[in-house]
Amino acid sequence: MPATFRIWRGDDGNCAYEDYRVDVDDGMVVLDVVHKIQAEQAPDLACRWNCKAGKCGSCSAEINGKPKLMCMTRVGDLDLSQPVTIEPMQAFPHIRDLVTDVSWNYRVKEKIKPFKPRQPDAPDGTWRMAQSDVERPQEFRKCIECFLCQDVCHVLRDHHKHDEFIGPRFLVYTAALEMHPLDTEDRVADLKNRDGVGYCNITKCCTKVCPEHITITDNAIIPLKERVVDEFYDPLTRLFRIFKPRKK
Amino acid sequence: MGWQTRECDVLVIGAGGAGLRAAVEASAAGARVTVLSKSLLGKAHTVMAEGGMAASMGHVDDRDNWKVHVTDTLRGGQYLNNWRMAELHAQQAPDRVRELEAWGALFDRTPDGRILQRNFGGHRYPRLAHVGDRTGLEMIRTLQDHGIHQGIDFLMETTVVRLLKDGDRVAGAFAYDRERGRFHVVKAKAIVMATGGIGRAFKVTSNSWEYTGDGHTLALMAGAELVDMEFVQFHPTGMVWPPSVKGILVTEGVRGEGGILKNSEGRRFMFDDIPPLYVDQTADTPEEGWRYVTGDKEARRPPELLTRDHVARKIVKEVKEGRGSPHGGAFLDIAWIKENIKDSETHIKKKLPSMYHQFKELAGVDITKEPMEVGPTTHYVMGGIKVDADTQMSKVPGLFACGECCGGLHGANRLGGNSLSDLLVFGKIAGEAAATYAGQHGEVTIDEGQIGEVETMTLAPMERSGGENPYAIQHELQDVMQDLVGIARVESEMAEALEKIAKLRHRADCVSAPGNREYNPGWHTALDLDHLLMISESVARSALGRRESRGAHSRIDHMDKDEQLGTVNTITRLSGDGSLSTEHVPVMGKTAELESLVKEMG
Repeated sequence: MPATFRIWRGDDGNCAYEDYRVDVDDGMVVLDVVHKIQAEQAPDLACRWNCKAGKCGSCSAEINGKPKLMCMTRVGDLDLSQPVTIEPMQAFPHIRDLVTDVSWNYRVKEKIKPFKPRQPDAPDGTWRMAQSDVERPQEFRKCIECFLCQDVCHVLRDHHKHDEFIGPRFLVYTAALEMHPLDTEDRVADLKNRDGVGYCNITKCCTKVCPEHITITDNAIIPLKERVVDEFYDPLTRLFRIFKPRKK
Repeated sequence: MGWQTRECDVLVIGAGGAGLRAAVEASAAGARVTVLSKSLLGKAHTVMAEGGMAASMGHVDDRDNWKVHVTDTLRGGQYLNNWRMAELHAQQAPDRVRELEAWGALFDRTPDGRILQRNFGGHRYPRLAHVGDRTGLEMIRTLQDHGIHQGIDFLMETTVVRLLKDGDRVAGAFAYDRERGRFHVVKAKAIVMATGGIGRAFKVTSNSWEYTGDGHTLALMAGAELVDMEFVQFHPTGMVWPPSVKGILVTEGVRGEGGILKNSEGRRFMFDDIPPLYVDQTADTPEEGWRYVTGDKEARRPPELLTRDHVARKIVKEVKEGRGSPHGGAFLDIAWIKENIKDSETHIKKKLPSMYHQFKELAGVDITKEPMEVGPTTHYVMGGIKVDADTQMSKVPGLFACGECCGGLHGANRLGGNSLSDLLVFGKIAGEAAATYAGQHGEVTIDEGQIGEVETMTLAPMERSGGENPYAIQHELQDVMQDLVGIARVESEMAEALEKIAKLRHRADCVSAPGNREYNPGWHTALDLDHLLMISESVARSALGRRESRGAHSRIDHMDKDEQLGTVNTITRLSGDGSLSTEHVPVMGKTAELESLVKEMG
């Protein structure tokens, strides 16, 4: 069946929508359409992709205004009576067509204190962990770094607080480290002072767009906020601190 | 115009599991390390690995040890493996897995809190450390998050066009970045190739766009040899419907958790034909098979867990004989376990979460209730750059290789789960040896003329106008390889394939890629064609020369094994005039100790 795809094209601020008429089959995903356009109509149409199976998180884009993975969005689920718009993510600098510069994310990650395990539990240098204790951080480690949560977050997308706020992805990353049964590092002060955890006002947009269905807000961000509150704003803790210097 | 230059001791090309592990090791050894990766960090094909990494830790069955693992690997590879590599791999895999845990990986646990291990095809005991069905993601993320704090210089979305040499030695690489199309020359005293596989040479594949055989052909062009290129693994279970997802992998973990294969008549056809090498290890009844997957140590494995080459052939046979599923595959059923397990729905979602989502979202199939339709998909190349087992160095001084682009470990057929551990074991060895080599050898110099030639060649597709569309040639090549050098091969078809590849090579010299240098996929595809065409020819030539059926290589015109060919590997070489030649050489790394071990273990 024929359909029209309206794709954001161009670079250096010199951009416009361009319409492509494509014959689509049931079962095709949006990334297939983009590949078809590349092969038949516009070989230089830029898009980033790798696995085409929802596992690498490369082909993030905004389809009809919604942040999605192009490889996991079936054409049959879209209204084809109207042109389908495909745009690059809005929260990052544009490079060309559907490709954005996501390097900021990689720089943010480097600043977060790395994993620091406790001493091994067994003489052979290994650890013991219960399945129930690893399940929560395992949920966070499902993250494929597609950065759709960063893209939808209004703190980054609308308010451009990239210098003050690490965004949902890296709050999830921090949560995975903080809730790792073996980790001994303390990142709570960083969360409050540098990472801007307070900027999140729990609108849960990130949770809604997560292709891995990670419960970002409830399971990662809110517990981190609680840790910050416990450590910095709890009156009882503050009282204790007067008598006992903070660790490290 | 021109290029930016940077220098390092060890240049790692590729940032999947093998490349990252090599980079971490070289850096730990004190070398200055640069990593070039074709994609963003953490997106490499390793993320697609689902089932787990094989290491004989014996957490679930304490009868397991490295000796059983090495004999399983050799049996799976039909004894064409580099035996020394198989030995090193089996011995070192457990430490490499534990090391990942020390770097933050969170594997699923046994009841006593150790790393859990699961069953997989061809492994005698439960051996695969895993995280649900996303083990590859866990591994690459762990290595990535560890690696970014080691002072390694990462250049993302940068593709190597040619290796540069200083006399016999490798001296660096010429690359372009996708973002701006800028050129980079990286001078290096040692280079580790970790570029992965060749799946994009075929039409139906589980591999991403990156898998164009770059490492294989870059090494060939630099003077290295390839080994075993006829052995391309067709994973038995890829998705077959809808058409656009055809080839996407369905993890062997489904069968490891009790999934069974059925034809359109509802018959569990895998019981019909058990290869002699595995008769003693295979269950007699479905009931025994189920006991095996649920951990009964007395039971033997169900025939669905035979090696991948065998399972793939059996599925093809059912389809050819008219007993396939509606879209030309077989039925893979995990939902049936509800007969044996209470709340099987939750169990399946927990054990196979990404399979559940993949089928639900891409095919509209609920795997907890209905069977999946599956069929073979090009998955892995056993063949690759020929190296010395203990250092991973190729014939070219200073050029190392590890991971899928390196040949030898897997012989004629790779066991599931042996790939992730391969990346870790040989990534470490290659990184270490490359750092040592760089420390022992002086600076390199690169002749500017050499660089200028590569630059001109790289720009050619963009400067040519009116030529053919590179995508058209890529698609034609994929059809040729799929149809003529695929899962069932015959002499006349392979000869035809070689003729067609030769013609495509001529046409590829005249493609044009409109647009500019910034993020231009047409241009990138044009440059990939060189690699795809050369590697396809290497596969076809090697396959033509092996007049027998063994492991992943099936010949309709030579259905049986040939005793003499069972003792040799096929080597591919590139000569000065650009032509490829093949030769059979004796299997490598055999020792009396290993041979007696194989006899003893049966």
